[in-house]
Amino acid sequence: MKPATLPQAFAILLRRDLTLAYRRRSEMINPLLFFVLVTAMFPLGIGADPALLRDIGPGIIWVAALLASLLSLETVFRSDFDDGSLEQLLLSPHPLSILMIAKVLAHWLVTGLPLLIVAPLLSVLLNLSHEAMRTLLITLALGTPVLSLIGAIGVALTVGLRKGGTILSLLVLPLYVPVLIFAASAVANSDAGLPVSAHLSLLAALLVLATSLSPAATAASLRISMS
Amino acid sequence: MIHFFHQLASPKHFYRISGKWIPWLGLACLGFMLAGLYEGLLVAPTDYQQGDSYRIMFIHVPAAWMSLFIYVVMAGAGVIGLVWRIKLAEVMAISSAHIGASFTFLALITGSIWGKPMWGAWWVWDARLTSELILLFLYLGVIALYNAVEDRRTAARATSILALVGVVNIPIIHYSVEWWNTLHQGPTVTKFDAPSIDMRMLIPLLLMAVAFKLFYATVVLMRARVEVLQRERNTGWVHELVSKYE
Amino acid sequence: MTHTYPAATLEARDLACIRDDRTLFDTLSFTLEAGQALLVEGRNGSGKTSLLRILCGIRQPDEGHIHWNGGDIYRLATGYNAATAWVGHKDGIKLELSAEENLVFARSLGTPSGLDIAEALDAMELGGFDDVIAINLSAGQKRRLALARLLVTRSPLWILDEPFTSLDTHGISLIETMINKHLSDGGMLAVTSHHPVALDSTDITHINLSD
Repeated sequence: MKPATLPQAFAILLRRDLTLAYRRRSEMINPLLFFVLVTAMFPLGIGADPALLRDIGPGIIWVAALLASLLSLETVFRSDFDDGSLEQLLLSPHPLSILMIAKVLAHWLVTGLPLLIVAPLLSVLLNLSHEAMRTLLITLALGTPVLSLIGAIGVALTVGLRKGGTILSLLVLPLYVPVLIFAASAVANSDAGLPVSAHLSLLAALLVLATSLSPAATAASLRISMS
Repeated sequence: MIHFFHQLASPKHFYRISGKWIPWLGLACLGFMLAGLYEGLLVAPTDYQQGDSYRIMFIHVPAAWMSLFIYVVMAGAGVIGLVWRIKLAEVMAISSAHIGASFTFLALITGSIWGKPMWGAWWVWDARLTSELILLFLYLGVIALYNAVEDRRTAARATSILALVGVVNIPIIHYSVEWWNTLHQGPTVTKFDAPSIDMRMLIPLLLMAVAFKLFYATVVLMRARVEVLQRERNTGWVHELVSKYE
Repeated sequence: MTHTYPAATLEARDLACIRDDRTLFDTLSFTLEAGQALLVEGRNGSGKTSLLRILCGIRQPDEGHIHWNGGDIYRLATGYNAATAWVGHKDGIKLELSAEENLVFARSLGTPSGLDIAEALDAMELGGFDDVIAINLSAGQKRRLALARLLVTRSPLWILDEPFTSLDTHGISLIETMINKHLSDGGMLAVTSHHPVALDSTDITHINLSD
C-alpha cells in the first residue's frame, strides 16, 4: 500500500490536535481568561478616565494579547514531547516543516482565534471607537498567527529543557516587538481617523515572512532539541 | 593556505596558535585605544552645540557598532558550526555572545550618560537606544539558552538557530522601532546623532572602532581558549598541558 | 498476511557517541541484512538508547556514517524514515485519544500495512478496546498499543528500545512472536532489552556497550 499522502497526514494531524484541544478544553480556556483579566487590570491600575483608556487601549489589548499568546505557547509541543509522540513526528516520512504548519495552525485556531472573538468585549471595556475596534480585529487576525509562528520556534528550542518555560519569554518577546508596534499603532491611528493601510500591509508582510520561514526554523529547532 | 585553516580548525592547534596571537592583538588594541582616546579627548574640537559632553560618543558609537557586528559574527559562526559541524565555529559563537552583550550594555550606559546633560533624564526612548535594548535581550536570550541546555553540542546548535532567527529579525526590529519613534515624537526633538562631522572628530571615531575590534579579537580568543580546554578536557593533549603545570 | 520485504542492508561504520564530554562508544561498526537482528546490551547509561536513537536518525553520531541500501541516512531523510519504525521508552500514544484514534494517527505517519485497525488491536490482545480512551488502559496495555503501530504500518527495519517494559510474560511472548514473524518475513530488527529476547533466528549480532 502507498504511504499516506502529505495532505492526508496534514489533515489527520490537524484533526488530532483539534480533538485533543477539545478534550482538554478546560485547560485551553486559561489563556483566554488571562487575556480578559490582564486587560481588565489596567483601568483598575491607572484609573478609568475614558479618554485615557481610549488613548492607551490599543497598546494594552495588544500587550495582553502578547502575554496570552506566550502563556499558551507551552502547549504546542509539551504534551507530544512528554508522551513520545514528538519523536514519532520527527521520524515520519513526511517533511517535518509541513507537519509544523499543521501543529501551529491547530494551535492558532485554539488559542489565537478566541482572542479575536473576545476582542470586541475588550474594546468596549476600554472605550475604543468602532473604527478602532474594526482595525483591532484586523490586526489580531493578521498578528496572532505571526505570534504563533514565531513562538513555535521558541518552544521548539526549549521543549526538552527542564526550565524551558522561564526562558521562553526572554527568547520570544523581543521577536514580538515589530508585531506589537505595527498593530498597536494601526489601531491608535484608526482611532484618530488616520490611514492604516501601511501598517496593515506591514503586518501582512510579517505574516507572509513568518509563514514561509518559521516552519523550517521550527522543524530544525525541534530536531536539535530532540537529538 | 587551506592546510593552515584546516589546522586552525583543530582545537589543539587553535589553542597553540591563538596563544601566540593574543599578546600582539592586545598590544595593538592598547595602541589604537590610546591613540583614539588622545584624539577624541584632547585633539578633537569642542562642539558648539553640545560642548565637551559629546565626547562620550567616541565610546558610545563604536560600542553600538560592535554590538551589531558581533551579533552578525556570532550568527555566522553558528551557521558554520551547524552546517559543517566544525567545533571551533561553535566555540567562537558562544565566546562572542558574552562580549557582544557587554558591548551592548556599554552602548546603553554611554548612551544614557550622553543623554543626561541634554534632556536631564537618564533614559529616553530614543530609537537607537531602544533598538540597543532589544538587542541586549536578544543576546541574553542566546546566553540563557546556552546555559539551559545540558549537552554542550546541543546547546551550541540550538543557540546557532536562535542567533540566525535573531539576525533575520534585527533589521525588522530596527525598522519598526525607528517608525515607532517617529510616531511618538517627544516634545523635544531628539538629536542623538553626532554633531556635524568634522574631520577631526571622524579620526578618533575610526581609531576607537579599530581599537574595539582588536579588543573583541583579543578577548574572544581568550574566551575561546578556555572553552576549548573545557570541551577537550578528556583528551591527551590537554592532559599533557595540565601536567606541565604540576 | 505475509509480506516479504525486499532485500535491504543497514550498514553502520565507525559510529561514535559523546555525551557530556564522555565518549560512550567509538568505532562501532556492524551490518544488518534482511532477516537479521541486532541485540544491544550493556549497563544502564552505557549508551544503548543513544545508539538506537542514532540508528533511527533522531540523534547525529559524533563520528561515523550509517548507510541504508548504500545511501547515507541523512541524505535519504524521509526516505529512510519511511523504511524504519521506532518504539522508544515512551509509548508515543496520546492519553486523551482512544486506542483506535491513536492507531489511525500512527498509520498516517508511515506506510499502511493493509491490516485493519481492529485486526491489529486483536493481534495485540486489545480486541474490543477500540473506543477505550488510552488513559484508562493499564501500563501493559498501553505498551501493547504502542507496539501495535508496528502492525498497522509496514517498515522493513524495526528499532525498539526496551519493548518489553511493563509487559507480563504473556505479553512478552506475544511480542516475541511478532518480532520473529517480522524477521522471517525478511524484516530487520535493532533492539535493546534488559530481558533475554527469545529470537528464533540464529542470525543475531550482539553488541555489548559495557566493554
